[in-house]
Amino acid sequence: MSNVEKYNSAFTEAFGIEESKLAGLTYQSIPEWDSVGHMSLIAALEDAFDIMMETDDIIDLSSYEKGKEILAKYDIEF
Amino acid sequence: MSVVEKLLTEEPFSLSHEEKIQLYETELGNLTKNSYANCSIYKKILDILAYDASAEHKIEEFPFLPVRLFKEYDLLNVPKETVVKTMTSSGTTGQRVSKIYLDRTTSTNQTKVLTKICSEFLGNKRRPMLIIDSKSVLKDRNMFSARGAGIIGFSMLGRGATYALDEDLHLDLDAVNAFLGKYAGEPITLFGFTSIIWEHFFKELERVDTKLPLDGAVVIHGGGWKKLIDQQVDNEIFKKSLASRCGDITVLNYYGMVEQTGSIFMECECGRLHASNYSDVIIRNPDDFSVCGVGETGIVQLVSLLPESYPGHSILTEDIGELIGEDDCPCGRHGKTFVIHGRIKNAEIRGCSDTYERK
Repeated sequence: MSNVEKYNSAFTEAFGIEESKLAGLTYQSIPEWDSVGHMSLIAALEDAFDIMMETDDIIDLSSYEKGKEILAKYDIEF
Repeated sequence: MSVVEKLLTEEPFSLSHEEKIQLYETELGNLTKNSYANCSIYKKILDILAYDASAEHKIEEFPFLPVRLFKEYDLLNVPKETVVKTMTSSGTTGQRVSKIYLDRTTSTNQTKVLTKICSEFLGNKRRPMLIIDSKSVLKDRNMFSARGAGIIGFSMLGRGATYALDEDLHLDLDAVNAFLGKYAGEPITLFGFTSIIWEHFFKELERVDTKLPLDGAVVIHGGGWKKLIDQQVDNEIFKKSLASRCGDITVLNYYGMVEQTGSIFMECECGRLHASNYSDVIIRNPDDFSVCGVGETGIVQLVSLLPESYPGHSILTEDIGELIGEDDCPCGRHGKTFVIHGRIKNAEIRGCSDTYERK
């Protein structure tokens, strides 16, 4: 699986939504991405890429696009 | 950069008395003006008190709202459309609950500040976290009780969050042992509410006569002592009892309330509750509300820099406390230190984070 595929499936699995809805998605813009959903997303991303994120990055990951920027810090390229 | 953002770049217990006074007089003035301009009930209260929000004031002169008002009124500084989270005190059945309205900025700041304060005691690395509660607390995702919000907020500090209790609050030893096996040799964090840890974790370990290998773990707990004081369990007994079942652990209590989520007061290694850069405490004489000095007991007023979307930056609790000192704790951290002695007599029985109905 490519990194984009892994990244997308972390979102679709954590929130139970279609891949077509991901572009432009932001924290708290859908009921599924609330603080509980956020922790599921983080767990899914950490599992998918085998990384451990810093707490500040967890808090700053506020949109689908921002997440890609943050993962770049962990040497994950898209 | 906002003041909170700026503080987030510094250590959380760095401000000295003089620095804090200077910062707080300005910031509390801004928060008071903001609430006065945007919350009509708050404005009414200040007008009745003949309080001039536009003038400069000393820290102890800022008005404080009794926490009870958050139960009786919808107090917010922002249009309801911008509210992203409403937090409630869990409340005992039949009682009104406090409702706290958070917009995105206030909600994010709460999480960041909680993280900042706790990382001082846990380190920056996210440790495996065992939550002494049931996952079912998080079921209703639209209305967060203080208990659910506490669990979510703290679980962000850890990783591999595992719940130690099942839906009926029974200790799930299989889940706990699987967790300990998975993270063997790593320092872990336990988080839970004081009375739930006591009733459903410690007492159950006693009942089944089991010890857990938790050497090196840090236990963070809060939510009030009300239920334990009735059983003559104080902080010392709580620590010793837990250690007798869990080994060489560090047990840290925190004090905080839903009206000021995030800027909690953590107990340091010397057993004192500490105000951080983000909060302050003023003890008031219950007869005339004058400010108490070190060693005097009175009603606890709490001040926080975080509440922007609701007028909760200065509140009067229903707790009795005593100031121990300021900038002089042997642990080396700055800020006021204090202890809580309990609840005001005849105060309404207030639901804490740990309230739940017994089945």
